[in-house]
Amino acid sequence: MRLVILDTSSAVAEWSAMYVMKKINDFRPAPGRHFVLGLPTGGTPLGMYQKLVEYYKAGKLSFKYVKTFNMDEYVGLPRDHPESYHYYMLNTFFKHIDIDPNNAHILNGNAPDLEKECEEYEQKIKDAGGVHLFIGGIGPDGHIAFNEPGSSLVSRTRVKTLAQETLEANARFFDNDINKVPKQALTVGVGTVMDAKEVMILITGTHKAFALYKAIEEGVNHMWTVSAFQQHPHTIMICDEDATLELKVKTVKYFKVCIF
Amino acid sequence: MSTRILQFTNCKILRNHRIYIDDLWVRDGIIVDPEKTFYDEKLGPNRVIDLHETLVAPGFIDIQINGGFGVDFSHDVNIIEDGLQSVAKGILPHGVTAFCPTLVTSKPDVYHQVLPKIKKTKGGTHGAEILGVHVEGPFINKDKRGAHAVEDIMDFGKGFRTLDEVYGYLDDIKIVTLAPEKENSRCIIEELVNRGIAVSLGHSAADIKTAEDAVSCGASLITHLFNAMLPFHHRDPGIVGLLASNNVKKIYYGIIADGVHTHPAALRIAHRANPKGVVLVTDAISAMGLAEGVHHIGQKVIDVRGDCAYIANTDTLCGSVATMNKCVKYFLEAASCSTVEALEAASLHPAEALGLSKKKGSLNYGADADFVTLNDSLDVLSTWIAGECVSHVPEFDICD
Repeated sequence: MRLVILDTSSAVAEWSAMYVMKKINDFRPAPGRHFVLGLPTGGTPLGMYQKLVEYYKAGKLSFKYVKTFNMDEYVGLPRDHPESYHYYMLNTFFKHIDIDPNNAHILNGNAPDLEKECEEYEQKIKDAGGVHLFIGGIGPDGHIAFNEPGSSLVSRTRVKTLAQETLEANARFFDNDINKVPKQALTVGVGTVMDAKEVMILITGTHKAFALYKAIEEGVNHMWTVSAFQQHPHTIMICDEDATLELKVKTVKYFKVCIF
Repeated sequence: MSTRILQFTNCKILRNHRIYIDDLWVRDGIIVDPEKTFYDEKLGPNRVIDLHETLVAPGFIDIQINGGFGVDFSHDVNIIEDGLQSVAKGILPHGVTAFCPTLVTSKPDVYHQVLPKIKKTKGGTHGAEILGVHVEGPFINKDKRGAHAVEDIMDFGKGFRTLDEVYGYLDDIKIVTLAPEKENSRCIIEELVNRGIAVSLGHSAADIKTAEDAVSCGASLITHLFNAMLPFHHRDPGIVGLLASNNVKKIYYGIIADGVHTHPAALRIAHRANPKGVVLVTDAISAMGLAEGVHHIGQKVIDVRGDCAYIANTDTLCGSVATMNKCVKYFLEAASCSTVEALEAASLHPAEALGLSKKKGSLNYGADADFVTLNDSLDVLSTWIAGECVSHVPEFDICD
């Protein structure tokens, strides 16, 4: 596992976007040879998407032969709701780049049969040849995607009921009314992400510092689901200084040397 | 024909009474919801057009324009097709994407000759869309005739049959300006509205009661507010009183904001009393769009000086020579209103007044992609009809 410690969150955005660009370009995508990305939503990756759009507009990068799979989506939230992940992805990323809409996959939280939707999603990832690079963020409680504390570390794509804490935290996006927050979500499982060839996790801000400590300094624990990626052969964690506040000096010093 | 999707990007758009940064997606001439296009139909844009951070607003709609560029619709009856074409094209650089050619009070044989030749016509590079004719008269009040010929003014003698006889052809009429105090006006208004023709009150000495009755019959507009009607009186505010009447749900009023025909204080009074009803009109005459100096138009000699047109060798104003873009800018300043309000007064409100707001006057999904791009001082940089660039200033060369 690599931990990359950068000064600021904007440096994290730039570093991660450069890394994604390098991965895609090194792969040399072409017709019938698609690079497959797993994608997160939320505040942390916003800067990375903006940078990727910038690189695309500068002609340094194309998404023509890139397939994407998003991690999760709320159940029962209209797709054009500003908090839906469909809305987020279209407006922050998809409509600014040259991706083929047929290659941009997001779980449909309004599907008539949610279980079938999840099974088919797993199949689509398989059909695409698996994910080359899965990008994720983490919650303050150490969750990845909607794999809340206590989720199985070998879980696959499925319907998840959200923890009360998550509902309360998300109420601010829904007119501060907890009753408007969707109670369920569709999410890829920890196992689904583990299958990716490479996993990149972005962690920024002091409020994520404890989760980062749990993720890398303590053992693998299903109450901090992101800790599972200690056992992934190619995990790269990218954080800012603020997120390192709960780490041991020894850990920080070790990884700061490793970067070079 | 295969589907063609255009993505206008790097711009601010006016939608839902707000200006915000967003893209505009246009598919086969219609504004579409990118979310449905992308996720349901799995279609992305064929072409991306960078608008360089300009403001995109709905195309302007002029519902009262008597001519321009040397053409007078009511007089140049023999060459009306050519005249329409040069005006339709001439108003594009001023941001007008749709208009109602307006005929002043005329003799029946003029109507018979001209009306069948002014068809509702789609817009394009050839010119702005013709939404239908605005016939201003001849059923108006002689005492409030303004510049209209008194001998041609008529009454509704035989009810609607009189309209059939006088106009001859009503299919392409969109607005009728009439005086509601005329006998039989109630049933005439109802029948016009039934036929999808908007009724506008003007050239009238109606009191408020008569005006309210006309609105209850379906009249939706007032023709050039303050001009050719009773002045505001506090015991009987007349047609002007409709702006604040409790008995009227919704009224739109045309107003000439050229800095000449309506005092800025009067503009402010109207706007503050009824901000959602204001409709900017140019009421432009043939001299609009012509250079300063003396012009011989028909039998008239007109002297254009500054923003005014005078009868030559006099100080008598003979009509407005304002362009729509100028009216928008003047109204914004004179009424101290917001940019959104000024732009909607030239687009959304006229479309609503004519019952066309599903297709015209907004950038909502499903509307025709008729729009203008503007700089910060609201100068028109380019004009688009059905997603096609129909006019642009040389510096804004993104349209080809």
